[in-house]
Amino acid sequence: MDLLTWTYLLVGVTFALYIGIAIWSRAGSTQEFYVAGGGVSPLANGLATAADWMSAASFMSMAGIISFSGYDGSVYLMGWTGGYVLLALLLAPYLRKFGKFTVPDFVGDRFYSNKARVVAVICALFISFTYVAGQMRGVGIVFSRYLELPIEWGVVIGMAIVFFYAVLGGMKGITYTQVAQYCVLIFAYLVPAIFISMQLTGNPIPQLGLGGEVADGVPLLDKLDGILADLGFEEYTAGKKSIPDLFMITLALMVGTAGLPHVIVRFFTVPKVRDARLSAGYALAFIAILYTAAPAVAAFGIYNTIQSTSEKSINDLPPWVINWQQTNLIGIEDKNGDGKIQYLADPAANELRIDKDIMVLASPEIAALPNWVVGLVAAGAMAAALSTAAGLLLVISTSISRDLFKTFQPEISDKKELRIARIAAAGAVLLAGYFGINPPGFVAEVVAFAFGLAASSFFPVILLGIFSTRINKEGAIAGMIAGLVFTVSYISYFKFISPELNTAAHWWWGISPEGIGSLGMALNFVVCYGVSYLTPAPPKEVQQLIQEIRIPKGAGKAIDH
Amino acid sequence: MSTSPTKMERYWKKNLQTLAILLSFWFLVSFGFGIIWVEELNTIRLGGFKLGFWFAQQGSIYTFVVLIFIYVYRMNALDREFKVNED
Repeated sequence: MDLLTWTYLLVGVTFALYIGIAIWSRAGSTQEFYVAGGGVSPLANGLATAADWMSAASFMSMAGIISFSGYDGSVYLMGWTGGYVLLALLLAPYLRKFGKFTVPDFVGDRFYSNKARVVAVICALFISFTYVAGQMRGVGIVFSRYLELPIEWGVVIGMAIVFFYAVLGGMKGITYTQVAQYCVLIFAYLVPAIFISMQLTGNPIPQLGLGGEVADGVPLLDKLDGILADLGFEEYTAGKKSIPDLFMITLALMVGTAGLPHVIVRFFTVPKVRDARLSAGYALAFIAILYTAAPAVAAFGIYNTIQSTSEKSINDLPPWVINWQQTNLIGIEDKNGDGKIQYLADPAANELRIDKDIMVLASPEIAALPNWVVGLVAAGAMAAALSTAAGLLLVISTSISRDLFKTFQPEISDKKELRIARIAAAGAVLLAGYFGINPPGFVAEVVAFAFGLAASSFFPVILLGIFSTRINKEGAIAGMIAGLVFTVSYISYFKFISPELNTAAHWWWGISPEGIGSLGMALNFVVCYGVSYLTPAPPKEVQQLIQEIRIPKGAGKAIDH
Repeated sequence: MSTSPTKMERYWKKNLQTLAILLSFWFLVSFGFGIIWVEELNTIRLGGFKLGFWFAQQGSIYTFVVLIFIYVYRMNALDREFKVNED
């Protein structure tokens, strides 16, 4: 079968599977819609969290970013996994014991204030919308590259699928679809990685192959350091970024991960506090399988790309280079007219332009694997984008139906609330689709934005809300607003208002916009603490609530007011 | 709630100690070995890897997974010891 047929077949089969699961597990009550009835097993929740977490950016772009930044790319690897340690140890068990449905629920109750709840809803909506637009764009890109459809059509098809299972199934439908999506995406990521690792280093485990030796007996990473240095690039295992910047970016990504509402809410779906802890462990283990393979895919990809193009005759290139030239992900320009490709660090002399997404998307072709593997990678990328989009859409719809409608109209019936949640989900799908077709910026930048906001708004107040009995509503509201305003201003200034000034010389203390969430978080902590100590302590019943969430005993299923 | 305040305080204190120990390892393998001391560690080799680079791209992630499972095991034991476990 040819490539296009395989791709349509595999993508079609996985879509049918997701729809089937959605019909089987559709939600009948608000409890099922918001937290899947609170009866998800820790293992299933771990799988669902991993799929929820790993987005189009993790699947398609992360390895490519590492390929071109080498050691500097470590910030994503450590940042997007280390956050789970914070989540598991500092937040998940306590939020599960608290036992409501959403992050604004916790903020509103713990800080005994609907004002705090509304600030939290605004943060949640802001974070989720910036993030979901990137996912929809990712779906569109996959469609256009593999299925030869325009990006707009890809986004519309993606919207239709998500609409179907998120609106119908709510959290219950999303959870079981995500379990299937994890299996699809991890299989799709590992199959090409294993084959390439074998071809290059003789070791079938990519994580070990990264430390293996290439055919001439030199370790792959040393070989790569040498090749890149000869071409004028930084060594692969050395970095360009300063230590403070690396530190701050990693911290912002870790803390942002722990503060993302669509990830936190997954821990409300398990029956017990014990299960919340365990499922965080499972989630990170499943995520780590992809995240430890990614640096191997990255190094193999850049090595193969250079070996098969650098100083090679333009008329004698491997078929994958020619294929991906047509999608404009590879560009060749013979500037010096010698009939060969020079891949060089110097932009004036460099003749090869490679998009970072190539490293994953073209990996099956680079390794000369059969057509079904190419189709599999397309289905995997789609699974990664759809699973994350669905989780985010749920946060958006829940925020509107529960945190806004239910809070201010507590008398509405369960049935009506469910209908509002579905309408909100439908509206969110449409809006996300619009942003997918007319993206507000590059996918990666938008995602960096979401992390900075999560780090500077939610994480500090949730953490202090659990570990301090003195923090009050005035402190929490002031802290969230200070962190959010500071971070939004800094990122907007360097990314949108004056992008020409976005260099280390202009940054405060050398901190790039990607890492500024760390400083926003610190500001939130300071303001939250300071304001709390200048204003009265929280009431007795709130202090009692804090004591109760600190011990696991007596956790019922996530319940309504 | 059947737990007396002092017992509750001891439970919370042990919990915080556990967190402090585990989080210092979390910090050490990522920010420490992977960023601050990466160049020093890169002079040591682990097979085909430079050690600092290995911690930044592989070792820290493996450690994170292990840390969470230690936490799960330790907290379950602590919950039973103080009889604050579920069912």
